[in-house]
Formats: sequence, C-alpha cells, structure tokens
Amino acid sequence: MIEFINDLMTYNVLQKAFITSVMVGIICGVIGCFIVLRGLALMGDAISHAVLPGVAVSYMLGISYFYGAVVTGVLTAFGIGLIQQNSRVKSDASIGIVFSAFFALGIILISKAKSATDLTQILFGNVLFVRNSDMWITLIIGTIILLTVILFYKELLVSSFDETMAAAYGLPTRVIHYVLMFLLTLVTVASLQTVGVILVVSMLIAPASAAYLLTNRLHIMIVLSATFGTLASIIGLYFSFHYNLPSGPVIALATTSIFIISFLFSPKQGVFIRRMKIRKQQKANQLS
Amino acid sequence: MEHSIEVKNLNISYDGFRVLKNMEFSFQEGTLIGVLGPNGAGKSTLIKAMLGLIHKDSGTIKIAGEDVDQVRKKIAYVPQRSHIDWDFPITVKDTVLLGTYPKLGLFRRPKKEDKERAMECLEKVGMTDYAHKQIGELSGGQQQRVFLARALAQESEFFFLDEPFVGIDVSSEEMMIRILKDLRDEGKIVLIVHHDLLKVEGYFDHLILLNKELIKYGTVKEVFQPKYMEVAYQRPFSIPKETEDQA
Repeated sequence: MIEFINDLMTYNVLQKAFITSVMVGIICGVIGCFIVLRGLALMGDAISHAVLPGVAVSYMLGISYFYGAVVTGVLTAFGIGLIQQNSRVKSDASIGIVFSAFFALGIILISKAKSATDLTQILFGNVLFVRNSDMWITLIIGTIILLTVILFYKELLVSSFDETMAAAYGLPTRVIHYVLMFLLTLVTVASLQTVGVILVVSMLIAPASAAYLLTNRLHIMIVLSATFGTLASIIGLYFSFHYNLPSGPVIALATTSIFIISFLFSPKQGVFIRRMKIRKQQKANQLS
Repeated sequence: MEHSIEVKNLNISYDGFRVLKNMEFSFQEGTLIGVLGPNGAGKSTLIKAMLGLIHKDSGTIKIAGEDVDQVRKKIAYVPQRSHIDWDFPITVKDTVLLGTYPKLGLFRRPKKEDKERAMECLEKVGMTDYAHKQIGELSGGQQQRVFLARALAQESEFFFLDEPFVGIDVSSEEMMIRILKDLRDEGKIVLIVHHDLLKVEGYFDHLILLNKELIKYGTVKEVFQPKYMEVAYQRPFSIPKETEDQA
C-alpha cells in the first residue's frame, strides 16, 4: 500500500487515473442513490449500454466521444418513455427492447470504426489509459452533477419519495425524470475509462444499495454511497495497476463486496445482526 | 372567493373510456366534504383532476376562484397510504418538513422556523416521540397521522385526503377527524374520499355522491338518502345507524 502511495506521487499517469477514479466513484454513488430509490436500476443499465453507438459515431467523426454518447443516451431515455406511454408494453420490456438495439448497433459501428482493443476498453474500462482530456471531461461532468444535486436536492427528494405529491406541489415530474436520465448519461460518459459501459451499473447500484441498508436519511445515504463508490474506485485502480487487471471488473467486484458486508452486518437491516437479535430474544424468552 | 371550490361540466376519460361524466358542484366557506361512491366510481380520479394531475377532456375547476396552478400552495394533498414507498430513507420529522417545501420554492432550504413548524404539527397529531423513526417503522394509523401533519405544515386553505381512514386504528381515526373538524371551523375546505358509510353522518357536512357521474351533491341530509345511495351503489340501501354493526 505504501508502495502504491509512492507510485501515486511519482507517476503522472497514475495521478490522472486516481483523480478520475475518485470523481467517478463520487458521482456514481450520488446519482446511484436516486436511481435505486426510484426503482430505475434497469434503466441505469440500459442508458449506460446505449451510450456505445454514440461513442462509435464520435470516433468516426473525430469528435470527443462526449457528444455522441450524450445524444444516444438521451435518445434511449426518450425512446423507452415513448414505448411505455404509447403502448401496454411494461417498463422493463421496453427498456430491454430499446437498449439491446442501441448496444448492438454500437458494437457493429465500433468494430467497423476501430480495432477490437478499443472495444474492450470501452466495454470494460482501462483506468490507466486515462488521457488529460478524459480527466477534464470527468471533472467537469462531476461538477455539473454535484451542483445540480445540491441545488435541486429538495425537488429530487420529493419527487423520488412520491411522484404524485411532487406533482401536486406543482413540480414538473416528467422534466425531473428526464433531467435525471441526462445526468445518468453524463455519469456513464464520465465512467467510460474507469469502469466501462457494461459495468457502470455496478457502480451505480451496489454502493447506493449498501448505503440504503445503513441509514434512514437520504443525505446520509448519498454521502455514504459516494464514499463507498470512491473506495471501490481506488481498490479498482490499485489492483489494475499492480496486477495488470482490467479496472472495470475489479471495481465491480469491489462494489459487490461492500454491498455484501453491508447486507450482512448493517446494524438495523443486516442479516447477521438480525439473526443475532432473534437468538438473543429466544434465549431471554427461555430464561423467563 | 377565498374559500370556494367550483367544478363545472367536468369530463375525464382514460384511453377513450369515460371515467367521469358531467361532474358539477360548488362549495363555499369552511366545510368538511365527503366524496362517496362504490369502488371504481372515480373518486380518486376526481381528486386528482381537482389537483390538476390528470388531463381533463372538458370542464372548469376553480379553487378560490382561480385555476389550480395558481393556488397549488394553498392545497394540501394526502395520497392513499398504499401509494407511499414506506421503505424510503426518510424520518418522520423530515416527512412533515416536506410540507414546508412548496412555500420555500427553488433553492431555499428549510430553516429553523420551518423545522419548529414541523415539530408543532407533529405534536398536534401526537407523534413527537417518533420524530426520528423511519416512516416504515410506524403502524398504519401513525403513518397516516404523520401525513396529516405534513399537510398541516403546508399551512393550506384546502385539504384533499384520499381514503385516509383505511386500515388504521380507531384512536388515530378519531384524532384525525377532530383535527380536520378544527380546520373546517377555521374556515378551511376539507375534502375526503371516504368509503365507510357508517361514519358519514358523524363526520361530514356535505357530500358528493358519484358513480362515474354525479348522482347528487349537497348537505349530508340532502344526499345521504336511500333513493340516491341506491342509484350510486346499485343495491338496496338503508341509512346505517352507527350503533349497528353493518356497513
């Protein structure tokens, strides 16, 4: 570990990777809370996959992948909404239809546009290849996301808690939904280099779910979730650097481990703690 | 005009099916109104339409003489208990604090006086001791009292409650109806979707009786009669006595 910190001081590449990973951990944790509470986990998975054709087209046009990714991400959110509102097809099915199409298109485009190594990188992330421009995109996106959540915290809280109540308050609930989908797209773009499109969902869902089991207050959940996300990112970076592993899968396993710990040992919700309490109660009953 | 509700020629349909036809009624002054009708009569639809939450085919709804969008802050809404996510990470106190949000508007955070206001409302419903509990840890009656406290914290002139007494204990129900009657006495209009026909005479001043269309509206005495109730519920009907055990 000390060696790692030493390397961090020495290598510029590693510093860039570190800054990017930490930011990705924070924003995935923050946005993940709203995704989890609104029951949009599958939507998160869909949008992150659907970013792929946008990235491919951006490569072809020689522009930053940011633009293409945002366009296809938002298109996906609207496409899913369109099917849901205009047919009896259920939400999970419409999500499945739209995102698999976008993802398939993305894979074909990428294999035409670039070599297979690039595809692997986009799909699974490679944090050590973070360029200056990637780092800056991530930092700018991170700032936008954190500012939005801080400024509109009340509105996000009410509409996530109860859409009808939010609408009765006069909040534009549909706009809020699409803003959140837009932010989700941004998070995915920011995470491309670190976790890759396929496993972004683990960064969105697992830290937030672990935090969900630990607290009864949303703002604490957000802080915890961001902390867990950051921790997972750093673990990912460490293993990626030392053992030459792809960062995405390592990060995904790290977030899962954090979730399992919370699942077992959460003071109120933890499976393990609940068992212990029940046993204690039974013993007390036997004695009396 | 300050305290009035006026609905004229209201028509609503879902997917081409008419669910509410020619609704029309008006109320002035503080009153406690019960919305009665069988399952699927469109009671919740009516409330949602009055809150401007669903598209109407035609008709006008005036609250305090204005369109709903102009007076939203004056309307407190308590949704059906079954529609709330009781696992949401929010405490009792923070739930009540949500009531102060419309007044705050964008960007402003609740301040000390808003928090004090929330605690006062919590005290009114006798839930101070539970302020820091997560809302899912409460009983049904306690949950409903917390949502009433949230409505009180909104300092509204109009209160719309959707089936507030379903599945809650007697003492919670008694406490809530007492608070709602106090609101009425302060001149506010309280509108409650209700289905327990035993309590109608004890609870309400006015009734709106509907089954996809308006059957009758007016004072309880005018509306709560077998001839209208039979039309609404499509079965023989005798006015229940509170002492008898039949619904």
